[in-house]
Amino acid sequence: MAEAAIRAGVEAYFGYPITPQTELLEWMAARMPELGRTFLQAESEVAAINMVYGAACTGARVMSSSSSPGVSLMMEGLSYIAGTELPVVLVDVVRGGPGLGNIAPSQGDYYQIVKGGGHGDYFPIVLAPSNVQEAIDLMVLSFDLAEKYRSLVFVMADGNVGQIMEPAELPPFQPLKTQYPDWAVRGAENREKHILSSIYIKPEDEEVTNYRLLERWHEIESNELRYKEYFLDDAEIVVIGFGTAGRVAFSAVRAARAQGIRVGLLRPITLRPFPSAQIAELSKTAKALLVVEMNSGQMLDDVQLAVAGHAPVDFYGRMGGMVPYQDEILAEIVRMAGEDIPLEGDPRRRWAQRVNYGRNGIK
Amino acid sequence: MVTTAPTRLVYQRPTTLSDTPNSYCPGCTHGVAHRLVAEVLDEMDVRGRTIGVAPVGCSVFAYNYFDFDFVEAAHGRAPAMATGIKRVLPDRIVFTYQGDGDMASIGMGEIMHAAGRGENITVIFINNAIYGMTGGQMAPTTLPGQKTTSSPTGRDVEVAGFPLHMAELLSNMEGSGYVVRRSLHDPKNIRLAKKAIRTAFEAQVRGLGFSMVELLSSCPTNWGLTPKDALTWIEERMVLVYPLGDYKVSPSLANLRF
Repeated sequence: MAEAAIRAGVEAYFGYPITPQTELLEWMAARMPELGRTFLQAESEVAAINMVYGAACTGARVMSSSSSPGVSLMMEGLSYIAGTELPVVLVDVVRGGPGLGNIAPSQGDYYQIVKGGGHGDYFPIVLAPSNVQEAIDLMVLSFDLAEKYRSLVFVMADGNVGQIMEPAELPPFQPLKTQYPDWAVRGAENREKHILSSIYIKPEDEEVTNYRLLERWHEIESNELRYKEYFLDDAEIVVIGFGTAGRVAFSAVRAARAQGIRVGLLRPITLRPFPSAQIAELSKTAKALLVVEMNSGQMLDDVQLAVAGHAPVDFYGRMGGMVPYQDEILAEIVRMAGEDIPLEGDPRRRWAQRVNYGRNGIK
Repeated sequence: MVTTAPTRLVYQRPTTLSDTPNSYCPGCTHGVAHRLVAEVLDEMDVRGRTIGVAPVGCSVFAYNYFDFDFVEAAHGRAPAMATGIKRVLPDRIVFTYQGDGDMASIGMGEIMHAAGRGENITVIFINNAIYGMTGGQMAPTTLPGQKTTSSPTGRDVEVAGFPLHMAELLSNMEGSGYVVRRSLHDPKNIRLAKKAIRTAFEAQVRGLGFSMVELLSSCPTNWGLTPKDALTWIEERMVLVYPLGDYKVSPSLANLRF
C-alpha cells in the first residue's frame, strides 16, 4: 500500500508507529527520502494528522496511516480537514478493541470510520480492500477521489489485509504534480491572500458550508459506489461482507455452491457510499440475507436499513481480533438454507445466542 | 507667497496588515504584536512567500488581520500544522501565532517536539497569563495567587501547580536556534520586541532551526484592570516571574543589526 501510494505520487507522509500498520510507515521512511519526498515520524498521531492537515493546505498529495487507537487520536484533526475541505488519504489498519485491545485483524472501526471521522456534519469516502491487489488499486484511487471531491478518503483495511503477503501487481509510476489547485496556500506571490480554515462563526455561513459538503456527497454517491457481486443471479441466500470477512465469505459461498446451495455474495468495496439500493433490490427476491463481519454487527445496521424488513436478515460475526473460518460461515449458510429465518426479531441477538462465545469458549 | 512645508510620511499601516477592524478588546496588546510582525515582514519584503498559522484563542481570527496566506489550526496544533507546511515548502517562511493556553497547555506536545526537531519555523508566543477568549480562566502561565474565573481565590500552587516558563523550557531544546522573551508594556520594550521578531524570522531564513519570541502581553478585560494599569501590572508583576532576556541565540545571529 505504501509503494502504491508512492507510485500514485504521494508527496508527503506523516505517521506514528502502531501495530499492525508500522510496515507502511517503515516503507515510507526508506522510500520517501530517496525520492526526495517528505517523510516525518511525528511525536503522536495527534501531531501526525495535524502535519498532514498543514501539508494538505499546500495542495500536495499527502497521507497518513495508523491503526484503531491511533485513528481515535486523529479524529479531531480529521474533522478539521473535512471542515477545511482538503484532500487527504488515511489508511486505518483496524485491530481488535475497544481500548488497547490487541493487534489482531478486526473490523470494529466500522462505526468510527464509516459513520464518523470525528465531530461535525460531513461524510467521508470509505474504501475497504479485501486482498493485497485491491489494497494497491484502492490506494491509487483514493488520491484521485480525495482530490476530485476535496474530500477525506479512508482506506479501511483490517489487520489481515495489512499483514498478508501475496502476489500483486504494482501500478506504474505517476509523475509528481506540478500544478496546484486554486485554493492552495503556498505564499501569496502576486495574488490576493488565501485563507484555509474550518471556522464559519456565523451559523448561516456554516449551514452553507454543510450544504456544499452535502451536495458534494450526493455527487460522490452518484458516481463512486463500488461493490462486487458473486453468484447472485439465482441466489436464494445473499451473503454480505467486506474486507477479509468478505474474502472468507467468498470461499464459504463457493463451498456451499459445490453442495448445491443457491447462495451468492455481495462484497461492498465502498462502505461509504454504501450499496443500499443493490441490497434493497436483492432483498426482493432473496429468501434471506446473511451479514458476515469481524465485529459485533456494525455494517449490519446499514444492511437492515436497506432491506427495510423485506427479507429476513441473519448475522454472523467474530470479534476481538478473531477471523472467521470458511467452515463457520459455510455452516451458517447450510443452516439458513435448511430453515426459515424469522422476519422479525434482532439478528444480532439471535447470533449472540447461537454462538454463545461467552459461556462455552470459542468454537 | 504661500509656501507648503514638505510632508514626510512617518507612520502608516504596514502593507501586510489588513485594513480590517479587529476583534481585540481596547488596550489589548495583540494589536501591537500583529503590527510588529507585519512591520518585520514588510521590511524583509517576504509577503509572497510567508504562510501564517493561526491558533485557537483570542487570535483565532489573526488570518483576517494579516494580508498574506494563512491557515487556521486546531487548538494547540499550530506547530504540527506549520511543520506539515514547512516540510513540503521549505523555502517559505512559516510562522505560528499562539497564546499561552494554546501553546503551553493543550499544545505542549507539539511545541516541544517542533523545537526538539529544530523545525525551521518561527513562533510568536503571546503570554498574557490567562485564557482570554473563553472569558478569563487560569492559564498554565497564570501567576501564583492570580485570580481568574477558574482560580477565584487566586492560583494556589499546591492545587494548580506553578507557571510554566516556556522561553526557558524551549531554550533547552537542542533544535532551538533563537528563543527570547520580550514585553509589550512600553515603547522601549515594544522596540526591543520588534528587533527580536525580526531576528527570529532572520533565523528561519538562515535555516538556524526553531525560533520563538515570547511576548508578555496585557489582557485588561480579563485582568479587570484599565489598559494603563494592565501595562503597569506586566511591568511590576509579570516581568518578575517571567524575566526578559535572550535564552538561546545561535552564534550565527550574534552580529545581526537592524
